[in-house]
Amino acid sequence: MAGRSTSQHKIRLLLLIPFLLWLFAFLLLPAIMMVISSFQNEGGQGFTLGQYVKGLTHPLYTTAIKNSVILSLVSALVGITVAVIGAYSFTTFSAKMRDRMLNISNIMTNFAGVPLAFGFMILFGINGMLTLLFKKLGLSFLVFDLYSWTGLAWVYIYFQIPVAILLIYPSLYAIKQEWKESAALLGANTWQFWQRIGVPVLLPAIAGTFSVLFANAMGAYATAYALVTQNFNLLPIQIGGMVAGDVFPRVELGSALAIILFLILAIALFINEKMLRLARKGQ
Amino acid sequence: MHTAEKKKPAGRVWHLFVVIVILTFLLLPLLVTFLFSISTVWENTIMPLGLTFDAYTNLFSDERFLFALGRSFLVAVITVALSLIIMVPTIFIVSLYIPRLEKWLQTVVLLPFAIPGVVAAVGLIKLYSSPPFAISGTIWILIGVYFIIILPYVYQSTRNSLRSVNAEELMEAAEVLGAGKSRAFIRVILPNIMPGIIVASLLSFSIIFGEFVLANMLVGGSYEVVQVYLFHMLGTDGHLSSATIVTFFALIFILFALVLKFGNRKPQAKLPSDDGKEEPA
Repeated sequence: MAGRSTSQHKIRLLLLIPFLLWLFAFLLLPAIMMVISSFQNEGGQGFTLGQYVKGLTHPLYTTAIKNSVILSLVSALVGITVAVIGAYSFTTFSAKMRDRMLNISNIMTNFAGVPLAFGFMILFGINGMLTLLFKKLGLSFLVFDLYSWTGLAWVYIYFQIPVAILLIYPSLYAIKQEWKESAALLGANTWQFWQRIGVPVLLPAIAGTFSVLFANAMGAYATAYALVTQNFNLLPIQIGGMVAGDVFPRVELGSALAIILFLILAIALFINEKMLRLARKGQ
Repeated sequence: MHTAEKKKPAGRVWHLFVVIVILTFLLLPLLVTFLFSISTVWENTIMPLGLTFDAYTNLFSDERFLFALGRSFLVAVITVALSLIIMVPTIFIVSLYIPRLEKWLQTVVLLPFAIPGVVAAVGLIKLYSSPPFAISGTIWILIGVYFIIILPYVYQSTRNSLRSVNAEELMEAAEVLGAGKSRAFIRVILPNIMPGIIVASLLSFSIIFGEFVLANMLVGGSYEVVQVYLFHMLGTDGHLSSATIVTFFALIFILFALVLKFGNRKPQAKLPSDDGKEEPA
């Protein structure tokens, strides 16, 4: 009996090998190569911290990091605010309507990258439909330059909203109507309900969603790249240009910047986790 | 105070307003893209000057597009097939027989979410653009990395179906009836978790069809898939671009509808209640 089960155990472990090999070849090994490369000088030799020093001090790259962080924070913040308000409104409709609205929102998470850049060009480009419409209606204050930071922020906010709704909806759905009623019976108004009960209950979900959105924007490359090829100084655009650009590649610096980007995501996640723990203790 | 007053009229109007504004904002870029694809001339007017389906006729007679579509299909089919062949047994074995690896597997399959495409591309280019493994620029590197990208979806769907059909009891029952483990897996478990596997495949398909960053950086023009074709068309032909986007989205709609259909299907296995240990009827 024991002999049979050990041989069965061996077969089971053998069946896991293809998966482990695949992980090794396309996740682990590339990651190791990237780390090694980030410590090499241009040309892929020796050991140096020079690429990190360059990445963290050269104005071109520090600006790229700063731009990416600000754009990600702003788009995540606006995205989650809109999503919380929107997803809560979803929950007030009948089950059938609710499902339809969610389906529309969920499917629009696929409208990202290159198609999104195109859609925004037709809407808000120089001769865009809404640009012309706003001008004609005398609403020029609504017109913005799609190829500016404001324009890019709008595009980022756009792709954050459906992702945020997808992630935050289940928690909003869990806010029971009965809680609101009980709170109202005890004399709380809507504002007090959200301040004392709604938001604290939602806080973990909001924080978690926020970090996903932040990461989502920090790593986003396709839309900015398609909108104005490499005109925006963003971290992913810099990395992309360095490893796959038409100009001579600088894989070592690209690797260092990629690891800086990864570390920013890790730090953001860590801070998020810490704050969440503090917030829970505070209650 | 307003006790138990469920639907204040002001509240209803507000929620309706919010929903309409958000859904309009989300749908607008797709709708104008569609409008552009059926327009004759739409350059500096608010609305197009005329309507035509020429863009679609041109698109589907453009060999370059058809080849790109074919390549996307091929990558998706091979990747999903390999993923299912390797991952379904892996997930099955780990969840039923090696539970101490479950936590580890869960963490590993979530890694692709933490690594942006640009970051992943750096290591892959470094490793695979020179001998001995110079597969950069070929379909193979895409298959390799897409396998990793779809892991979270394949894992989640498969794991959920294994749980919902109560795979452990199904296996026991099949073995009591005299089936060997591999036979029980193929004849009993697989048919029961099929809806979950189909959902995983459909989701993976839509992800692979929409992926641009890795496709552009790792293979670009030497194995042009749909998204890369679209990117190249963007600067040259607006009508072909918009028709490509609408076609892509039509595909996403179909996949999404199928996911809803299969995802909502109840597990077919007739099972005793969770606490009962009797054999399935």
